[in-house]
Amino acid sequence: MIPGFGNLMQDVLWCFSQVKGTIDIGVTEADIISTVEFNHTGELLATGDKGGRVVIFQREQESKQQPQRRGEYNVYSTFQSHEPEFDYLKSLEIEEKINKIRWLPQHNAACFLLSTNDKTVKLWKVSERDKRPEGYNLKDEDGRLRDPSMITTLRVPVLRPMDLMVEATPRRVFANAHTYHINSISVNSDYETYMSADDLRINLWNFEITNQSFNIVDIKPANMEELTEVITAAEFHPHHCNTFVYSSSKGTIRLCDMRASALCDRHAKFFEEPEDPSNRSFFSEIISSISDVKFSHSGRYVMTRDYLTVKVWDLNMENRPMETYQVHDYLRSKLCSLYENDCIFDKFECVWNGSDSVIMTGSYNNFFRMFDRNTKRDVTLEASRENSKPRAILKPRKVCVGGKRRKDEISVDSLDFSKKILHTAWHPSENIIAVAATNNLYIFQDKVN
Amino acid sequence: MFLTSVVPQWPFYNLDTMFVRGLKRKCIDGEEDIEGTLAGIKAIPSYNLQRQSLLDMSLVKLQLCHMLVEPNLCRSVLIANTVRQIQEEMTQDGTWQMINTQSTGQTSLDRLVSTDILCRSSREQAEGKQVPGYSNFNKDFEDDQTQDSSETMSTASSVQAPRNLQSNVWEMENAQENRGNFQKSLDQIFETLENKSPNSVEDLFSEVDNSYYDLDTMLTGMMSNTKMGHCDGLETFSSPTTTTSNSNCKSDLNELDHIVEILVES
Repeated sequence: MIPGFGNLMQDVLWCFSQVKGTIDIGVTEADIISTVEFNHTGELLATGDKGGRVVIFQREQESKQQPQRRGEYNVYSTFQSHEPEFDYLKSLEIEEKINKIRWLPQHNAACFLLSTNDKTVKLWKVSERDKRPEGYNLKDEDGRLRDPSMITTLRVPVLRPMDLMVEATPRRVFANAHTYHINSISVNSDYETYMSADDLRINLWNFEITNQSFNIVDIKPANMEELTEVITAAEFHPHHCNTFVYSSSKGTIRLCDMRASALCDRHAKFFEEPEDPSNRSFFSEIISSISDVKFSHSGRYVMTRDYLTVKVWDLNMENRPMETYQVHDYLRSKLCSLYENDCIFDKFECVWNGSDSVIMTGSYNNFFRMFDRNTKRDVTLEASRENSKPRAILKPRKVCVGGKRRKDEISVDSLDFSKKILHTAWHPSENIIAVAATNNLYIFQDKVN
Repeated sequence: MFLTSVVPQWPFYNLDTMFVRGLKRKCIDGEEDIEGTLAGIKAIPSYNLQRQSLLDMSLVKLQLCHMLVEPNLCRSVLIANTVRQIQEEMTQDGTWQMINTQSTGQTSLDRLVSTDILCRSSREQAEGKQVPGYSNFNKDFEDDQTQDSSETMSTASSVQAPRNLQSNVWEMENAQENRGNFQKSLDQIFETLENKSPNSVEDLFSEVDNSYYDLDTMLTGMMSNTKMGHCDGLETFSSPTTTTSNSNCKSDLNELDHIVEILVES
């Protein structure tokens, strides 16, 4: 244990493990990572980017010879999930950017994941092939058809080993169900259905059926001029397949029970924190807009992220959050500029660790923050190439708000607002995190003693 | 500068083009005269100026957000709600009338001044707390933006600027109707602002385009004007004609995309 860094998060010290992506100064927009997700075992890590590609990393087996290299993640499969499209009716482009990836639980050798852009959800099957059939009767080894008159004997083809090949095939395409932009997908705990949510509607799908979906939430007003609130995120409860939540641009969370009615426009629970009238400004509503909502693994709590805070809500208490954590409150006095340059509309995500004891979210300047719910301590870390020596321990960072700036602190005015960490993921059972910084994916692990 | 709203990945532009430094100092000086209450129009000229500036900025944002890709509805709704809030407060203050009578006929970008007062909560305003100015909000901005501002309409001092930029962009396209429609929309918005009688926000938008938020119809309506300009025979909707018009539209939109990219990336 190195003194001076403090004992944070149950004595966890985070170390750099790997970084994926190029170091070029000019970032190709297509390479910007737009979503990151571990699968249920943590063996696989998927990323989606603005160019519509999905890259899956697989953790290598830990070796006794090199215990320090605790299971590095290497590229397992890369495929083009979505292509740019053109909506001829509206004369608009449909971006191929992958908004979300969600894994299905694994039941056999193949893995399944859902990936979505603004309009279309796809189910991909990722499978390995390490054997090849040889000895066909009707075609030779190159695949060319043989002349049937030349075939005099029959044989049974045999499977022979080959180099491992990982192939991704689209198994289902769920299209034409969303007028507005899809912001969330969530797999139900029944593993038979999933939901997709856009700005105004939420649809329920069965994995086997692509030409139909059930609309379960619709908040589109009859007169669009009366529109003042949109859906920003939605998720199924991890255990109760009838329950889901969705968040809104007005900072509210609604919990719905699908047993109550087919169309869940009337919520079962409504979570909203009363506004502090002394803190009111023209930007109050914008910064209260929830950008992400996540159930805890236990299913007892819901975490929400708005522009300046992360809040943990107890499902049994609707009138205020249980816990509120300030992510970057020093930005409160800068809201005008952030509104002007559109940063105020950035949608940060938030994640739980496997035991629901620590929560993590991103900020600007490639900073990301972790909050320990038990000790109430927090830490700010940075994803940067400078801290990228193997197993280098990440040093906590600090933003100074005013007055004298200590050495190693960074002043608010020096923050780089183009370097934003919107997407992070936490391994389901270990202290391994994946942090997306523009076009680079950083993987950090806790220190091995 | 305003075009950066179209390509949201790089949203930065020179704050100096928004904030004339002298004017900002005036605002802070003006603050010292404030008694710390919002009552009385003449007591807080700088607050009104900043609020007006925020309103103007919001309206421009709303106008510029629908281009090639469908606009982000959440962002549009949040901006529209902000506009509504400002307008309601201005109506309550009575400043809506006052500004109308004062206006010179054009909403000027001079009035897009430092809006740091607006960032404060009402409690802080009551305490008269000083907020650090924006001159050093991000020094890196200025380095980045010397390149941008040469391309974009730096130091714009009138609402002509966004219009001119728009007209430059549209001029490169074949359709003159586009420019006409766009300028018309902006004109309508600002004209509505300067009307003698306060309108509700719905009226504000209704003069522009009733179906603004209805993505099902709005963009079809807007784009149909595009199509009218240079895609013939759309009325008949026969398939060969439609294909032609679609491809024409698509190529024009690609051109526009290309132009926007050049303007923003340089």
